[in-house]
Amino acid sequence: MYVAVKGGEKAILNSHRLIEDERRGDRGIPELSIAQIDEQLGLAVDRVMTEGSLYDRRLAALAIKQAQGDLIEAIFLLRAYRTTLPRFGASVPIDTGRMQVRRRISATYKDIPGGQVLGPTYDYTHRLLDFGLMDDEAERCQAVSAPAEVDAAMPRVTDLLGRDGLIEEETAEPDETPIADLTRDPLTFPAERPLRLQNLARGDEGFLLGLGYSTQRGYGRNHPFVGEIRLGEVAVEFVPEELGFPIELGEITVTECQMVNQFKGSKTKPAQFTRGYGLTFGHCERKAMSMALVDRALRCRELDEDATAPAQDEEFVMMHSDNVEASGFVQHLKLPHYVDFQAELVMVRSMRAAAGAKEAAE
Amino acid sequence: MAGQEHSEETAARRRWMSVLAGAPAAEVEAAWEGLPARPERQFLRAPETGMVMVRGRAGGTGRRFNLGEMTVTRCAVRLDDGTVGYGYVAGRSPRHAELAATFDALMLRRDEAAAAAVDALARARKARRSATAAKTASTKVDFFTVVRGEN
Repeated sequence: MYVAVKGGEKAILNSHRLIEDERRGDRGIPELSIAQIDEQLGLAVDRVMTEGSLYDRRLAALAIKQAQGDLIEAIFLLRAYRTTLPRFGASVPIDTGRMQVRRRISATYKDIPGGQVLGPTYDYTHRLLDFGLMDDEAERCQAVSAPAEVDAAMPRVTDLLGRDGLIEEETAEPDETPIADLTRDPLTFPAERPLRLQNLARGDEGFLLGLGYSTQRGYGRNHPFVGEIRLGEVAVEFVPEELGFPIELGEITVTECQMVNQFKGSKTKPAQFTRGYGLTFGHCERKAMSMALVDRALRCRELDEDATAPAQDEEFVMMHSDNVEASGFVQHLKLPHYVDFQAELVMVRSMRAAAGAKEAAE
Repeated sequence: MAGQEHSEETAARRRWMSVLAGAPAAEVEAAWEGLPARPERQFLRAPETGMVMVRGRAGGTGRRFNLGEMTVTRCAVRLDDGTVGYGYVAGRSPRHAELAATFDALMLRRDEAAAAAVDALARARKARRSATAAKTASTKVDFFTVVRGEN
């Protein structure tokens, strides 16, 4: 346990000044603007919004600047800021089927209505450092515009499978069913899928990536296929009390991953593929895929599978997925533990003394 | 129950509120500046920034869950003749919410200049979407599956 200490105010103040000074770095180099971070480090902004659990590009960019690019620190800043704002309510669930798609791929079907659209991706790049980017005055290439636009709305690949009953159906519950919210109530177990999905959506990308990978390597294997990944803009609708009908607040960018997994059937039910689902703010594809893998692994109880692997243990996953909590507890070890340590020191000394006395007696 | 006329009115209002909320704040400001006359108005509710919890559905169609929050700014204004307009816009711009609310009131009053301005904003949005969709379309692919080994 750590203890309260007094003093050190001047050193703390000066440390704040020192880090501000270091954040700014060499004064001969122009300072980064929030707009530059938003525009040119957009994927970092996306991650901070997703795990910070607050969609606001400029605030996320500000957090990244303030944290000197330490994304977990930036996520912490955004989480802290959100506690200062009132909540007006909850949105109508977003409809990813009506997304204005900027990227949409499927690893299960080659030909899908609307087509496979690569969009902006590093997937097929060679991962060679581009020394052309060293020159910050150089002209950058412009995107190509095709004469015909992509389809306005593309059907979900899983809906195509669903038409033939080949994949388990996702059915909505009645609208009045309350939805668990981990920002209002502490986690309790067993957790229902909506609570798990909220936890995974804001969970640490690295942690979920590792867990997702572990399922592929055999720790809770469920043989996944990417049914579909889509990226694009969806409208967010909200029903203000004073109006009583839904209005659009604007559009947000989201990434959705539909993982199609090994089948499940019984004597009464023909075999069907099962689902894992991932959804994030912005363009966070690795995260959406990892989330979908872990979502599927955590469904082991409802699918009557043996829970033997870490990724299938919901308490283990959900209690350790949050990087703000994890970072807080790990980093609290830096706080003064002088009293605790003194007690341990006394203990070790007495054990050594006892052992020494025994040896001398023999 | 609302009659057919009422629901049509609501649909029209939802459309213009969507356009006003979805337009960049600077475009709404320019639309405001472009009005031949800018009406006096009072705040019924001064601009206030808060959050809305964005919900998703498992698998896109299934059970609802809380994805995360977004910042939203809202405002309510009253024109001299008592018409009340509301603005709810994503983000933290008080001015955007104020102007969205004012345009909402003008549209309810069937103001022609406001209607033309909203139309222009809608056209700009359509053009932005088309430009994006055309860039996206240039990355549409046909994968050929390559036969591996014999047969």
